[in-house]
Amino acid sequence: MAEALLSAIDVSKDFAIPRSLLQWARREPPAAVHALNGVSLDVQRGETLGIVGESGCGKSTLARCLVRLLDCDDGRVVYDGTDIATLSGAERRRFNARVQMIFQDPYSSLNPRMSVRQILSEALRVHRMRPPGEIDARVAELLDTVRLPPDAADRHPHAFSGGQRQRIGIARALAVEPEVLVADELVSALDVSVQAQVVNLLLELQDRLSLTVVFVAHDLRLVRHISHRVAVMYLGKVVEVAPTERLFRDPRHPYTQALLAAAPEIDPGRRTHRAAARGELPSPINLPSGCLFRTRCPHAFDRCRSEVPTLTPRGPVHVAACHLDHPEPTE
Amino acid sequence: MSEPILRVRGLTTTFGDGALHAVRDVSFDVMPGEVLGLVGESGSGKSVTLRSLLRLLPAGGRVAGSVCWHGRDVLAMNEAELRGVRGGEISMIFQEPMTALNPVLPIRVQIEENLRAHTKLDGRGRRARARELMDLVGIPDAARRLDEFPHQFSGGMRQRAMIAIALASDPKLLLADEPTTALDVTIQDQILKLILELRDELAMSVVFVTHDLGVVSATCDRMAVMYAGRIVEEGAVADVFACPRHAYTHGLLGSVPQAGAERSMLLSIEGTPPGLARIPEGCAFNPRCDFATDICRRTRPRLAEMSPGHHAACHNAGAVAAAGSPVRRAMRDG
Amino acid sequence: MIVAAFPQFFAPYDPLAMDYVNLLAPPSAAHPFGTDNFGRDVLSRVLHAYTIDMQIALFATLFPFLFGTTVGAIVGYVGGATEAMFGRVVDAVITFPFLVLVIAIVSVLGPGLMNMYIAIGVVGWVFYARIVAAEVKVQKRLDYADAGRAMGYTHARIIFRHLLPNAITPAVVYWMTDMALAILLGSSLGYLGLGAQPPAAEWGVQIADGKNFMATAWWISVFPGIAIVITGLGFSLLGDGLAELLRGRR
Repeated sequence: MAEALLSAIDVSKDFAIPRSLLQWARREPPAAVHALNGVSLDVQRGETLGIVGESGCGKSTLARCLVRLLDCDDGRVVYDGTDIATLSGAERRRFNARVQMIFQDPYSSLNPRMSVRQILSEALRVHRMRPPGEIDARVAELLDTVRLPPDAADRHPHAFSGGQRQRIGIARALAVEPEVLVADELVSALDVSVQAQVVNLLLELQDRLSLTVVFVAHDLRLVRHISHRVAVMYLGKVVEVAPTERLFRDPRHPYTQALLAAAPEIDPGRRTHRAAARGELPSPINLPSGCLFRTRCPHAFDRCRSEVPTLTPRGPVHVAACHLDHPEPTE
Repeated sequence: MSEPILRVRGLTTTFGDGALHAVRDVSFDVMPGEVLGLVGESGSGKSVTLRSLLRLLPAGGRVAGSVCWHGRDVLAMNEAELRGVRGGEISMIFQEPMTALNPVLPIRVQIEENLRAHTKLDGRGRRARARELMDLVGIPDAARRLDEFPHQFSGGMRQRAMIAIALASDPKLLLADEPTTALDVTIQDQILKLILELRDELAMSVVFVTHDLGVVSATCDRMAVMYAGRIVEEGAVADVFACPRHAYTHGLLGSVPQAGAERSMLLSIEGTPPGLARIPEGCAFNPRCDFATDICRRTRPRLAEMSPGHHAACHNAGAVAAAGSPVRRAMRDG
Repeated sequence: MIVAAFPQFFAPYDPLAMDYVNLLAPPSAAHPFGTDNFGRDVLSRVLHAYTIDMQIALFATLFPFLFGTTVGAIVGYVGGATEAMFGRVVDAVITFPFLVLVIAIVSVLGPGLMNMYIAIGVVGWVFYARIVAAEVKVQKRLDYADAGRAMGYTHARIIFRHLLPNAITPAVVYWMTDMALAILLGSSLGYLGLGAQPPAAEWGVQIADGKNFMATAWWISVFPGIAIVITGLGFSLLGDGLAELLRGRR
């Protein structure tokens, strides 16, 4: 079995909702959005791990915890045997260089007042990746790596299209020669034809630079295309993890089943007329007891209300968090 | 064959004193009871086309051509006639229900407002009809939720409420501008199924603007692909997916990841869609096209019938068809 | 600006030279703005006062701008309890009328330009800090700030290299307006005898000089008053122009 390079171990993260003075006076307990509720997940060296889920499932929060943009409230994130919360100073900077993040929004993730050259050379200089004399050459090399023309270096971000900006974001992440790339909704803001370019670039770079990639997205088709393994999240919990092909062929969690059935296939021959999942996401402030999906689950029974299902094996490399071993997909 | 309920001919929409052509010479028919998908990327003119049908354009926008609704030209109507059609026989729903709904009025008032404008129901009748509509679009606990405000609804429920308002006037045609783009997959699925159900139940036609080919495949009967303000291919969804005749459609279908081809290179289209001010000579797609030949750089191809009901505007339609559908290929390999 | 730097080239007379023959002379060809009660040329005094008033505009606002911007950037970036505490300080300062507070401080320190700068500085930085803190908070939520953190950049680098350049525009625009306000304030304090001291030429002082002769010699007070209005307007326009320019660069 491949070794885990980056692991989340029982990670929880709450975001407190500020209480108004009135609520405070009434002694209402402070409320919090439970973004992550005990997530455990391994990222193996060299693989692409896809993390899918709908908005509010905590996938972006998890991505931010993995690169320590957020500190988790409970649990640990371990990189190469070290708890990243214990890193500081130079060690922390080294970790930042090893595990890089690429952001969703091509319009806000680049400083509008810096030219591409400034953005890239800043990364190179701060991490002392190259002696000052070689920085310009390296900037040109990075631009070439992400397929941007050399004259892109002296332009500002606003001169580029969304797809090109994402390439700049990738170049910035690659500048520090990372081992792990965490991509949060890398292409979801882009047009379909441009998405494909960026996805191809990512696949190619991964092979060439032997990167480990955590690909966070809501688009099942994309995640399926890119990932070796896929983790499905619902309301701040991982409900199922399996190799991509296995997960899509034989999903064992009712939520995964609903998600797969709901995603429109690119095949007009296969149409359904029944909605795949009923109801809507419960509030992440007051979570349901027991299994978080039970309020929408067609198979829910008494035990789901009282007992939280844990991730249990459904095969050698397949885990799911459901009291039923093999719920029949409803279709 | 039945008559189309909406005939659009030579629709051209310009902005800024005719300097920018957002939509150029677009023609299509909408048949009774069908769902027509308008597909394209940002800047392709698909949303402007939809809005032009009802002359709902921002200041400075001018529409030419004809939009023939039951024998009357919408573009030639006076304000009063137009008001009767808008939100009456033809309703529209939008991508972002939060901004399309009035935040300071409860849902009930917004539904009843439309009922008052387009039906002869009295107050009691309107109240009863508002409840029926809420039930129809699948909002649970309708009696209570009618008195709530848009911000108290979730994204999916807001979209349902907006559909309820649109349906209040018993429209014969529903114009939907990316109504599920802002929603999660499971909610998107619910809304799409709802629109299809309503289409059957109320015998409406739907024009559905979207950038998502999956949505087209799951909901539309016919589709028109737009690029740089023009329709480049049009036909039954099954035909277009099975055998795209325009290089852009071909590339677009190939850009979508498909089962059975994991971690392979996608058939991407190089470059980005052109801005309205800089549309290339000849075929607007030629700089990004793998099939482009000399003629594509010189002459703009006209929309021509390739097989019954399937039109494409491509000089090399034969070569594109011979390359086969990227969808079929992936399905065969899988 | 040029007039402010070299008033002696433009002014026809020495601003302090007294001419007892022409006391309170109305505007004429020789003295276009007339003379005051000591026979000093009002035009020359108005022009020379320009220098002092521009100094007031600059010095009284430079420290608040620099200090307030820095504090605001840090407060906005750190957020949390620091921000809450800062909010209370702002509230405390804002509840006092600005002028009253400045006058109180000058009264304690004693009149004079230097003390006036100190008084305005002690109060004025709060406004810059508030503006910048709010803007930094907005910018901090954008991904490029997180990208900087993910890169392992230091907080100082993220604040001053990345956030501040994007957050400073409103503060710069306010700075221009504030200069106009500072001139007004300087003149007000001069008028009250708390700022520039007579016989120095300063618009507020001049207006104060003329107040006893308003009925007979209106020109002593009116021309410095017009100068204040024109300068204030100039700064406001400059601020608007600058805002346009800074926005355009984005």
